[in-house]
Amino acid sequence: MKTKAKPKLAVWKFSSCDGCQLSILDCEDELLAVAGAVHIANFPEASRAVVKGPYDISLVEGSITTPHDAERIHSIRRQSKLLISIGACATAGGIQALKNFSNVKEFVSIVYATPEYIHTLSKSTPISDHVKIDFELRGCPVDKYQLVEVLNAFLNGRKPNTPHYSVCIECKRRGIVCRMVGHEQICLGPVTQAGCNALCPSYDRGCFGCFGPKETPNTSSLAEFWSKKGMGKRDLIRTFRGINAYAKEFRLESESHE
Amino acid sequence: MSKIPAKIVKVDYLARVEGEGGLYIRVKDNEVKDVKFRIFEPPRFFEAFMRGRDYSEAPDITARICGICPVAYQMSSSQAMEDAFGVEVDGQLHALRRLLYCGEWIESHALHIYMLHAPDFLGYEDALQIASKYPDIVKRGLEIKKIGNELMTIIGGREIHPINPRVGGFHRASFEHELKPMIEKLKWAFAASLETVKWTSTFNFPDFEYDYEFVSLRHPEEYPITGGRLVSNKGLDISVQDYEKHFQEIHIEHTNALHSEHIGVGPYHVGPMARYSLNFDKLSNKTQKAAREAGLGKQCFNPFKSIIVRSVELAYACEESIRIIEQYKRPEKSFIDIKPKQGTGRACTEAPRGILYHRYGLAEDGTILDAKIVPPTSQNQKTIESDLYHFVKKNISLPEDKLTWQCEQAVRNYDPCISCATHFLKLEIEHE
Repeated sequence: MKTKAKPKLAVWKFSSCDGCQLSILDCEDELLAVAGAVHIANFPEASRAVVKGPYDISLVEGSITTPHDAERIHSIRRQSKLLISIGACATAGGIQALKNFSNVKEFVSIVYATPEYIHTLSKSTPISDHVKIDFELRGCPVDKYQLVEVLNAFLNGRKPNTPHYSVCIECKRRGIVCRMVGHEQICLGPVTQAGCNALCPSYDRGCFGCFGPKETPNTSSLAEFWSKKGMGKRDLIRTFRGINAYAKEFRLESESHE
Repeated sequence: MSKIPAKIVKVDYLARVEGEGGLYIRVKDNEVKDVKFRIFEPPRFFEAFMRGRDYSEAPDITARICGICPVAYQMSSSQAMEDAFGVEVDGQLHALRRLLYCGEWIESHALHIYMLHAPDFLGYEDALQIASKYPDIVKRGLEIKKIGNELMTIIGGREIHPINPRVGGFHRASFEHELKPMIEKLKWAFAASLETVKWTSTFNFPDFEYDYEFVSLRHPEEYPITGGRLVSNKGLDISVQDYEKHFQEIHIEHTNALHSEHIGVGPYHVGPMARYSLNFDKLSNKTQKAAREAGLGKQCFNPFKSIIVRSVELAYACEESIRIIEQYKRPEKSFIDIKPKQGTGRACTEAPRGILYHRYGLAEDGTILDAKIVPPTSQNQKTIESDLYHFVKKNISLPEDKLTWQCEQAVRNYDPCISCATHFLKLEIEHE
């Protein structure tokens, strides 16, 4: 059969907003080509049809927040030759990892009248805390062109070309005047990984860290700079504690101001 | 008499919906004994971790509730803050917000019509299967969706989790020269949407109607998107400020979403059919005409026909976008200055799948003290279960696989957004 020759792709969801897997459907120009290159074997958001594993590539969206999901990710790993986690939830625990800094029992009772109906773990954690991953694609949401690049790279047996440097480099390349130096705005660009093409600065606002920490970020130096400019503890903590709050470097920095 | 075996319709993991849910229906002695529309999407506790954050962060944080309708969250949260601080965003800034919101309607409606819902009517598992037989139709859907996304990208920075909206307006108001080139594309999308209305009207629809209480916004001048009063076809007419006096959320064991009900009345129906049935007169002449030609009345009570209604709204959103861009003049200031003060702010806007209510309690310095968010899918959840009950009751003799598929379809009628509702979906039909 013709379909047998194509690599099998599966898309899995854990705790998330669905935005990263929606990025696949948002590749309007590439979608039919992607569907031609791979056999979409499991993608519940797009199809009722489910083909059994094993799968050549699994894309995993979302973070682990329930005992059931902590088990499920292991069975997905066992069925997948390559496992790629996509987005801030899967790579760092996501915005819902804000609960990691508080008492979850209290949280349940704030949102739900009958807390005993709710099963949740105390922390929202990235996929890599639970199973070996083959690649992580950052972003909240992931950039769809980076996603196509990653799929293309793995299908062709090469390393994905995704940068690890900071958003600052992208600003310089685009000739965007520095939001911090030129406009005295708060900007996480110096410590945040590139990938968005300096989106926020190009819209007159500072970066708020969607792509997580860059390689070897000097967060404490940035925090010190802001402190000297008069930024208080509350704002230092919440600036590092955002979309990628539980990514190690951002977590340690925010905790150091508590 | 021999015992009739029980029938169980069970879908563990519902496909072509946003988020994780399932269905469970148990039938015994030809009677529907139990219907559960389950949401096992894990809870994420947005309302809890919003506490202590700054008011200005609400649009960026709440956008993350939903990847398909982030603008709805950004608009409801921003407007709730503005309500608390006594600020009104009007004129061209308001027009730009409405335009961004139209972009989201176009993207979300096209996605649901072509990729998530149409396969049910045509008997395919997914849109890619449709594409192998009717590539031009699927390409048309993708092209409309792409135009909605382009509009969102120009105004918002990107289509998923736009970065440009803020409390008070935008970080950077779009330039005329960025928007004008969209007019030609939107004219094509408008024509393609009218074709979509015609196309969906040719589908076979199960004979099923229900006397819903429709609830939507109603605005004196425009088809409701960003504001108005809350009205229903059963006499409700209230200010958004009074939402919580009339609607309440109940926590039920089988679901991670809270069920909403109209206090003293029961389930209600939000979304395209509600908006359409309560605001037909606010549609443009061309979209009214398209609806009539597709066989729709001024109101629609068959939930399976929501796909036609959604297509009519798709056309409206394209036409409205053209109108806004043609009159758009970039405002001098991209946002209205905000001075935080202590108080409570409330707002409700029309997400593609229905009304989205936000309420925030705020401290003097703008710190969020408490938050309440009521997404459309949790408001529709009881209505979805009620539809399933009545639908199964009427179609109890259908073969199990067909019944299961049509039950799934009955859920997809609502374009449920489960990530939103979780605070929310799994189908099991059990015949005992």
